[in-house]
Amino acid sequence: MNAIRVRGLKKAYKGHQAVAGVDLDVARGEVFAVLGPNGAGKTTTVEILEGHRGRDAGEVSVLGDDPARAGRVWRSRLGIVLQSASDAANLTVHEAVRHYAKYYADPRDPDEVIELVGLAEKAKSRAGTLSGGQRRRLDVALGIIGRPELVFLDEPTTGFDPEARRHFWGLIKSLAAEGTTILLTTHYLDEAEALADRVAVLAGGRIVAEGTPQTLNGRAHADATVRWLSDRGYQEVRTSEPTKVIAELSRHGELAELTVTRPSLEDVYLELIA
Amino acid sequence: MTAVATLPGTFSLGLSRGATELREFFRQKENLIFTVSLPAILMLLLGTVYVKEPAAGQMFAASMIGAGIISTSFVGLGMSVVADREDGTLKRLRGTPMPFTSYFIGKIVLVFVSSLVEAVLLMAVAMLRFDVELPSTAQKWFTFGWVFVLGVISCSLIGVALSSIAKSTRNAAGVLNLPYIVLQFLSGVFISQAVLPESLRVTGSLFPLKWVCQGFRSVFALDDGYAVMEAAGSWELGKIALVLGAWTIAGLLLVTRTFRWSNTTS
Ligand SMILES: Nc1ncnc2c1ncn2[C@@H]1O[C@H](COP(=O)(O)OP(=O)(O)OP(=O)(O)O)[C@@H](O)[C@H]1O
Ligand SMILES: [Mg+2]
Repeated sequence: MNAIRVRGLKKAYKGHQAVAGVDLDVARGEVFAVLGPNGAGKTTTVEILEGHRGRDAGEVSVLGDDPARAGRVWRSRLGIVLQSASDAANLTVHEAVRHYAKYYADPRDPDEVIELVGLAEKAKSRAGTLSGGQRRRLDVALGIIGRPELVFLDEPTTGFDPEARRHFWGLIKSLAAEGTTILLTTHYLDEAEALADRVAVLAGGRIVAEGTPQTLNGRAHADATVRWLSDRGYQEVRTSEPTKVIAELSRHGELAELTVTRPSLEDVYLELIA
Repeated sequence: MTAVATLPGTFSLGLSRGATELREFFRQKENLIFTVSLPAILMLLLGTVYVKEPAAGQMFAASMIGAGIISTSFVGLGMSVVADREDGTLKRLRGTPMPFTSYFIGKIVLVFVSSLVEAVLLMAVAMLRFDVELPSTAQKWFTFGWVFVLGVISCSLIGVALSSIAKSTRNAAGVLNLPYIVLQFLSGVFISQAVLPESLRVTGSLFPLKWVCQGFRSVFALDDGYAVMEAAGSWELGKIALVLGAWTIAGLLLVTRTFRWSNTTS
């Protein structure tokens, strides 16, 4: 059984159709990334799956239950990192993590989780005094403290410095290695490429493309660009047979600054939402 | 599933929430100054004007304790629920296996402890500065106890119900303080209800504050002869229990109907 199964999901706010018929399948143990421009309906979709928002139409099953009716046990199997939060400002990091651990049957060790998200140095600081990226790490800590089977992360790495982002990727990979299912939204295409088994691109409340990061929208078969520097400046050739092109060109001697590139996930993405 | 058996109990989680609530509450200066200390400060200031003889001191202190616990319950709790909604505490909690009842138990712990601290502080000021005497009989302490409990619970519930109207803490300060301040004038805290025009007296008597204060005055009065100063000429203890009980039930109904976990969801 899939961890998440969605069919024909719709949700409108005062006449504005935020989600306009979404189908989604996320297998158990899969890392799934939802991409899409601001206002595409990512948060709305994710919060419906979390049980935070109602829906107008569609079938939704998360860990076998309908989020609109699911109870305590169901929630104990989920971990949720919301897009933004500023709660627990007057608790220290350690107090907050320890407190939220109490809600679960078999929580992770609070100190371990604080270490995992890289907040050990800030364990005794009040949450309200953390920097943006540190606050976000606390949100991640609170999201995984209950040893969830399925984790929702809505733009988890907003405000992370590059090192913290790499560190976070490692954390997600280790969760995935333990068999945790992960659904995340992100605006960082390199993040989706590094983490996700599959991605979906949401635009205007609809899924416009879905696949692995490597093959999304025919990316794997797209023409490559061969580029080099000649005495007339940079030259570019788009071709489906780059090896052959280079073999031809190299007969005339060494090619300066030779590169072969395929469209990046970002190129494919920008094309999709254009 | 067996997991339900191993999830922590509702009551123990409620106590754990209460401890966390208290920790957060007492770390905020605004709470210490406005919610917990303001009634004692008002007692000190206004008492200097009002209290010319011991009997008046007893009555005024009693009324101020009444007004004080409404401040910690109605205003204080209402504000704290609005803040929980605004900063995402409630939304986060809703995403955990915590039962809603545990959240509520935590708030009850918070409101009782903050109300007690506030009342003790106020009584200390009254005793030290105005020689106010504590109730002398077990009977009076019993009355004090049930008026305190019913007053705190009914006003907490109304505060939480009203908190659903306010979208932000800035809004809530007005939504909650306006009725509180107006009612203090209509309920015999600052001026005796006996001197109010009929319509205002009746309006004041519809709400809990008047009855809580009257109950406390019956406890602190030097003797029962002072009951003649009440609007009805007696302490009306039965009616106090009835009115506060009715507000508790009404508050409970309102809260279960109007409670929202977040400002944005629908
Ligand atoms: N509570 C709400 N009330 C009214 N409109 C809303 C509400 N929440 C979202 N919307 C609207 O629905 C649309 C989708 O919003 P949503 O938050 O799901 O987008 P998103 O894909 O998460 O965007 P972002 O990348 O900026 O987080 C937007 O046009 C937004 O204005
Ligand atoms: Mg969003």
